[in-house]
Amino acid sequence: MSLPQTPHHVELEVNGVRHARDLDPRTTLLDALREHLDLTGSKKGCDHGQCGACTVLVDGRRTNSCLMLAAAAEGSSVTTIEGLGDADVLHPVQEAFLEHDAFQCGYCTPGQICSAVGMLDEAAHGWPSVVTDDLADDVELDPHEIRERMSGNLCRCGAYVNIVAAIGAVDA
Amino acid sequence: MRPFAYERASSVEEAVGLLDRADVPTRLLAGGTNLVDLLKLDVEAPRLLVDVNHLGLDRIERTDAGGLLIGATVRNSDLAADPTVRAEYPVLARALLSAASGQIRNQATTGGNLMQRTRCVYFMDAGKPCNKRDPGSGCPAIEGASRELGLLGTSSSCIATHPGDMGVALAVLDAVVHYRTADGPAVLPIGDFHRLPGDDPSRDTNLPAGAMITGVEVPPLTFAATSTYRKARDRRSYAFALASVAAAIDVDGDEVRDVRLAFGGVSPRPWRARIAEELLRGAPATADSFRAAAQAELESATPTDENRFKIDLVTRLVTGTLLELTGGVR
Repeated sequence: MSLPQTPHHVELEVNGVRHARDLDPRTTLLDALREHLDLTGSKKGCDHGQCGACTVLVDGRRTNSCLMLAAAAEGSSVTTIEGLGDADVLHPVQEAFLEHDAFQCGYCTPGQICSAVGMLDEAAHGWPSVVTDDLADDVELDPHEIRERMSGNLCRCGAYVNIVAAIGAVDA
Repeated sequence: MRPFAYERASSVEEAVGLLDRADVPTRLLAGGTNLVDLLKLDVEAPRLLVDVNHLGLDRIERTDAGGLLIGATVRNSDLAADPTVRAEYPVLARALLSAASGQIRNQATTGGNLMQRTRCVYFMDAGKPCNKRDPGSGCPAIEGASRELGLLGTSSSCIATHPGDMGVALAVLDAVVHYRTADGPAVLPIGDFHRLPGDDPSRDTNLPAGAMITGVEVPPLTFAATSTYRKARDRRSYAFALASVAAAIDVDGDEVRDVRLAFGGVSPRPWRARIAEELLRGAPATADSFRAAAQAELESATPTDENRFKIDLVTRLVTGTLLELTGGVR
């Protein structure tokens, strides 16, 4: 039994920029972003897919970057919090989080915002949730729906009330 | 995490060929939502990961029989959102939507969902004995933290549960798992897919060594539109089932013409409740008969002191779910 543990050449497209790195195959997308590409906006909370702090968009879909190997992300287009907006022109979800005071310490916020952007897109495509009464109905994002759909993002400060309000305001 | 090499397969044949080398412990990587976690926990330590995400197995197709063939790497979120699944197999859509989080559902695949390992805390902790992870080392769960574990089809060597929701819906739909080995394509009915532990809990499934799931076929079922999934858990969202029920029912007036029932969170396999089904066919569609059928199914249960509550929980889930599907309180 022998397989060389050579670094794996990975080309990643992040926020529209292509990066080439030789990485240990064990490197997760989250560690590649933070440790190798200096994109520290995506946060490491639990590192097991339970908290959502590492959420990024992979081909537009919200994804736990701690559970995805960097090598597996090759060929996909990754968007992190750094790619959603900048200090001059914020993304509407970022604006809404400021407007509604939707964070306290801010550690979960990049994941919350990336998750919300992905979730709003899912709803716009008519995806139901488990609390949707009629699976054939159009989606209406009331607070109950927003809470269910955002359950993959934890906030230890407990800013949930304002997070739900911020996301609801973007959807309105 | 132990060192491993990564290869991206460009065909099913190539993936199966890589799996077939007995000298290199190999795992297939699909969504990775369970496998990458188990790598971090040192519960899984393959030498080679074969990425099977780019093999064109991401489509949902109508079969000639009028059912669906779901590709192995169709994401859980795409399957739950599929208009045909929502209209014709609500039990499947609701089971998928009950599971995990929006992020996980975007990554997790149909084949991977069936292959996921138990979330028994002793299995997940590489420092603890566990007959499933380390055969012969013992099972601390039976006398330990067993509240979330199984009571149907378990054994004195293992009381772990299959943690999934999707498989429970597939059980009532009589789904068929399609796979490929070096010898060619083959199938396994969902009822034979997951193994009961007996005295060898190390193998979760009856999938042969070197096999790769290529898809799941869901046959047509005339009354599948009257189906649903109900899940009881410790928090309202993003938690594994303490117990769950998948049900489809066909009533003629006040009488049950046909019914399909399966339980999740209580057994090493999605538990098809055939004793309850048999009792219910031809019985009045009332809370009393639903309850009696569930109790009959649970007579063979072997609970621990910590999970004995699941007997009442499953009984109430069955009764409530069938009342919901048959439209009211009787």
